[in-house]
Amino acid sequence: MGKKVLMKGNEAIAEAAIRAGCRHYFGYPITPQTELAAYMAKRMPKIGGTFLQAESEIAAINMVYGVAATGRRVMTSSSSPGVSLKQEGISYIAGSDLPCLIVNVQRGGPGLGGIQPSQSDYFQATKGGGHGDYHLIVLAPSSVQEMADLTGLAFDLADKYLVPSMLLADGTIGQMMEPVELAEGREPVFTEKDWAVTGTKGARKHHIVNSLYLVPEELEAKNFERFARYAEIEKNEVRYESFMMEDAEYCVVAFGIAARISKNAVVAARKEGLKVGLIRPITLWPFPKQVLADAAKHVKGFLSVELSMGQMVEDVKLAIDCSRKVALCRRTGGMIMSPDEVLEQIRLLAGGDNA
Amino acid sequence: MIVFEKPKSMTEAELHYCPGCTHGIIHRLVAEAIDALGIEGRAIGVAPVGCAVMAYNYFACDMVEAAHGRAPAVATGIKRSLPENVVFTYQGDGDLASIGMAETVHAATRNENITVIFVNNAIYGMTGGQMAPTSLPGQVTQTSPYGRDVKTAGYPVKVAELLSALDGPAYIARVAVNNVKNVRSAKKIIQQAFQNQIDGLGFSLVEVVSACPTNWGMTPQKALQWIDEKMIPYYPLGVYKDKRQEGEASDK
Amino acid sequence: MTTEILIAGFGGQGILFAGKFLANKGLLEGRHLSWLPSYGPEMRGGTANCSVVLSDDPVGSPIVNTPDVLIVMNLPSLDKYESAVVPGGKVFVDSTLIGRPVERADLTPFYVPATRLAQENGVPGLANMIMVGKVLRECDFTSFDGIEDAVRSVVSAKHPEMLDVNLKALRLGYDYQD
Repeated sequence: MGKKVLMKGNEAIAEAAIRAGCRHYFGYPITPQTELAAYMAKRMPKIGGTFLQAESEIAAINMVYGVAATGRRVMTSSSSPGVSLKQEGISYIAGSDLPCLIVNVQRGGPGLGGIQPSQSDYFQATKGGGHGDYHLIVLAPSSVQEMADLTGLAFDLADKYLVPSMLLADGTIGQMMEPVELAEGREPVFTEKDWAVTGTKGARKHHIVNSLYLVPEELEAKNFERFARYAEIEKNEVRYESFMMEDAEYCVVAFGIAARISKNAVVAARKEGLKVGLIRPITLWPFPKQVLADAAKHVKGFLSVELSMGQMVEDVKLAIDCSRKVALCRRTGGMIMSPDEVLEQIRLLAGGDNA
Repeated sequence: MIVFEKPKSMTEAELHYCPGCTHGIIHRLVAEAIDALGIEGRAIGVAPVGCAVMAYNYFACDMVEAAHGRAPAVATGIKRSLPENVVFTYQGDGDLASIGMAETVHAATRNENITVIFVNNAIYGMTGGQMAPTSLPGQVTQTSPYGRDVKTAGYPVKVAELLSALDGPAYIARVAVNNVKNVRSAKKIIQQAFQNQIDGLGFSLVEVVSACPTNWGMTPQKALQWIDEKMIPYYPLGVYKDKRQEGEASDK
Repeated sequence: MTTEILIAGFGGQGILFAGKFLANKGLLEGRHLSWLPSYGPEMRGGTANCSVVLSDDPVGSPIVNTPDVLIVMNLPSLDKYESAVVPGGKVFVDSTLIGRPVERADLTPFYVPATRLAQENGVPGLANMIMVGKVLRECDFTSFDGIEDAVRSVVSAKHPEMLDVNLKALRLGYDYQD
């Protein structure tokens, strides 16, 4: 680890990706992730890497597919409307069992929406997004440090399980600067994978990277095989942060920037004598289901805090099998709740008698 | 003495194409070019969506199956990752000139160092004979049952002419495979398109005017005739752009 | 101790730069901090603002809703944010550009004709740093010491000449008395 430097979240992703051995970046301009592409445009040519501004998001994700098929680390980044365009390619990458990293620095939607921060692509990110039976590994950073750390992790997990990873950030964390300590650079990962297309060199049978299975029995078997891997991911890779949960009677659930805001509210609520804690999912898929189910054994209610009309709240209810009240604190369209708004919802959840 | 054998760059898989379809000839020409240049060990092909979707089973080199129209973008990724390999796409008219037009034009204008084999048979074959971007004016298809009306359906896209207007691409040519003479010329030009990539010249596209007897509703023989009578007059054969020649010309 | 600072004005006044200076000052002092700009079209001449949080503990929300310190460099920003300042908070007003006084009696206002001072003292365009200089004088979340290193970390390496003029602007603000 080096010394702390001030960096924007978007730049931290870019530098962390390079240090994780990624040498190929394809993208298309869109606010609020532009710093990431700009950083790559500057750095990649100097380290023998590829920066290519594609003609569209669709082209960019298919270029990612091409590099991923050769077994090398590759990424793209965009923001909500652009990530919608990428869904076709993401589905093909998932269906071909290739690793890669897709960064979504979310903004308000639907449609062209706005450019201010949002978390309203939660469904799209965690439920598949494109057509077919698949998941992405979805990581939700809540600080600039995590923008860097989770980028490296996202590449590693993608490689380990042959599943595309998504870093689901938002405009706030992309644009903000915080001190960050970057991991030492790693050598680019150029290990030849035994499925990659690299040319047969006349020494082996040809490799085919493909998601087409015209025989339904084969496609079903393929999907079952993939979901067996997903089960392993759900078993091994759940990550979350638990804050003041030891004696908590109420549990706030929030990720990303909403978790930062919620932390302030939890601290303020504790000062009022309310026994509140926070569970912050770091992996949105796999979702920390068991963690919430365990919490449900001793808390009276949950509060999901989201920059959306309420998407993660459904997973919270599923995780606890609706065994406790689950309230929702939401802002959307680029608006951000204040810690006071969260605090008010905590008070309401706790019965209002402490308000 | 062997007088006829399968190119090494084709697998033993049995081709699924219809009787009289010219995909088989074009596959063979591509494989022969790869054999002749001795690049089968470093060739990587990108298959399209369309009749040639299973080309990945027929070519003996490493293959990637792309989404509809995206083969040039996928090939771009592969080539950027592995610049020493020889990367080609094999695409039909719906794939390349309709849904994938943006990917085609931009790979060309970047002069991406890849080879594109573009099969123009003026119809969507795999889905059962719908109007293609290259269907001729008046051509009857499933979705132009009264003949392609240019007033409502527009005009065919002349890919070779269109791309050769760009500064980017190194080599643009149109060939046909409806008779022995044309096949021989096609063979030479396809090999040239691969040689260009090996020499680092850049984007090389060969449009191959091709037959689809099944969806044209013709016998194979009649279809080959129709190429001469209808297709080639609309899609003239020849080398439309050749930076190698332009380079020599300017050197003089 | 946590100090929440909001800096607001027009795009082009160096609002984000002033925030970056304070963030870097915090970094050099080993503090926890966050810097969050407004972004989008307003960067091109509309309103711009910037949240800076300096703290002895990890920063929770980086969004400053209720600033302890408000620095405003145009009237719309004073109109918009005056009501949000915490009771007892400090408001720094560029009085060259803002004609009205701070209305709330529970706030401590400081009026600095920063834009005029910048023009008169040969540091045009650095009214932002004059305002920051005054903040360093009147607030105790950071000190005037070490400003040189902090400026060095925000001025572009391509423009080393900007170091001295920024220091001059900070000094002008620091020494300014009504």
